[in-house]
Amino acid sequence: MSVLALVGYYEPWWIQIIKAIVIFAVGLQLVPVVLIAERKLLGRFQGRYGPNRVGPYGAMQPLADILKLLTKEQFRPTTSVGFLFALAPLVSILTAVAAFAIIPFGDTQDIFGTKVGLYGVDVSIGPLYLFAFGAVAFYGIMLGGWSSGSKYSFLGAMRGAAQLISYEVSQGLALVGVIMTAGTLSLTGIVHAQGGMWYVVPQFFGFLVFLVAGFAETNRAPFDLTEADAELVGGYNTEFGGGRFASYYFAEYLNVLVVAGITTTVFLGGWLMPFGIHPPGWVDPIVVLAKMSLITFLFIWVRATLPRLRYDQLMSFGWKVLLPLATLNTLVTAILVVATH
Amino acid sequence: MSDQTPAQAPLPASESPVEVRRWAPEKDVIEVQRSPAPGAARSAWRAFRETARGLKTTLARVVEGPVTMQYPEEKVPVYPRFRGRHKLHRFEDTGLEKCVGCSLCAAACPADCIRVVAAENTPENRVSAGERYAAVYEINLSRCIFCGYCEVACPFDAITMGHDYELSDYDRSDLIFTKEMLLAEPLERTPLRNEGE
Repeated sequence: MSVLALVGYYEPWWIQIIKAIVIFAVGLQLVPVVLIAERKLLGRFQGRYGPNRVGPYGAMQPLADILKLLTKEQFRPTTSVGFLFALAPLVSILTAVAAFAIIPFGDTQDIFGTKVGLYGVDVSIGPLYLFAFGAVAFYGIMLGGWSSGSKYSFLGAMRGAAQLISYEVSQGLALVGVIMTAGTLSLTGIVHAQGGMWYVVPQFFGFLVFLVAGFAETNRAPFDLTEADAELVGGYNTEFGGGRFASYYFAEYLNVLVVAGITTTVFLGGWLMPFGIHPPGWVDPIVVLAKMSLITFLFIWVRATLPRLRYDQLMSFGWKVLLPLATLNTLVTAILVVATH
Repeated sequence: MSDQTPAQAPLPASESPVEVRRWAPEKDVIEVQRSPAPGAARSAWRAFRETARGLKTTLARVVEGPVTMQYPEEKVPVYPRFRGRHKLHRFEDTGLEKCVGCSLCAAACPADCIRVVAAENTPENRVSAGERYAAVYEINLSRCIFCGYCEVACPFDAITMGHDYELSDYDRSDLIFTKEMLLAEPLERTPLRNEGE
């Protein structure tokens, strides 16, 4: 018990199980919402309606899409490596869901006399956990692309590998500034440390770098070279169809939500409200979801605006602009932290 | 200096014998900077500013609202001279057909899609105002190119181009329109554009 208490496992096992189910269910419900929101908003950004035929205002469109994908035939190319071909989408979806577990949706609440934290796990190594699963997520793309036995998939996977490795460095460094200021790696601890001021203000460059690297980490426009429909016919998921493609799709949008959640937690004060408003505990998840949807809107907005980068531009931007900026941010923060303490 | 016209920017008077001409763009010349601005800070600022400008442009489209016509429900109104499906006409007072079966439309048709077989009017069976009438008048709309030459060729304004353009069908033989179909008042399915719209 004492060891588990050190890493934040102070809740009884049955609360852990209920929380796991609830968070997984919430995550599952959020993905179709993001899907329809993205398609509708992309439509509006381009002066059209977006899907509006299935259900009221096209709200049932993701349901129809998922139903279509799940009822499709499972097939694979003859050149593919069967075992890995089936495993790769699983790796992608598993890591996305696992990363979702650490996003805090609220403080520890007193529900019927039981202390319940509104998060999956409050790991004491928050960002490290995130990057660990981010690194594993890259295997989902890499294995999927390689095991397809198709040159387009392979090219997409190679691009994805290079891109994820390049931008993970800047993303990690962007968080170091926050971690030094907060003095803790626990995500709930970071939120508590933002009581005075959200870190988006003192760590503005860290916020920018983290967000831009987040676009790249989730393979979203303008860094969607992994998919690059025009040149790679869909990249690493070219050969995937049906439920396996749905898994990749699901993982991609869950990753967007994870990045939005982490940005909310680390830079936008998590469940804290501005102007010193202290609402009751049940409002916390709503505040977090509202902030997450703001970041998700930014993702969609950027996708509707910016064209895809060339590969050399992507690399030079990642290594020559983002990484020095993140390093400089870390250094300046370190100096300031030492000087003020 | 005072006698110079104000439109011309005065060149800086240089001391050296070689005159250095500097490019002074006039008012109607838009300066386009194609290469990155020199210096890391300026180019970074430019990239940031241009990104913000792009984001502003796309967000303005959201405010503007969609411009889509939801086709089967909403239709783009056609112009009065729009050449759609043909119509055959009758005299409004007598109810007799205007077509006299002269086959000039068939002769004018570049796609050769009109077939006319004429017959004599008799006092018992008077169909048209002239001597003869069209016993068979068929237009194969799967061949028609909607050029409107038939309309021009007709000496009695018996055939005109209507406004109907929704002509898809499951069978090619269904696209051969007979005289009865062309004479019948068509379902006006196409909105007409108003004057000046």
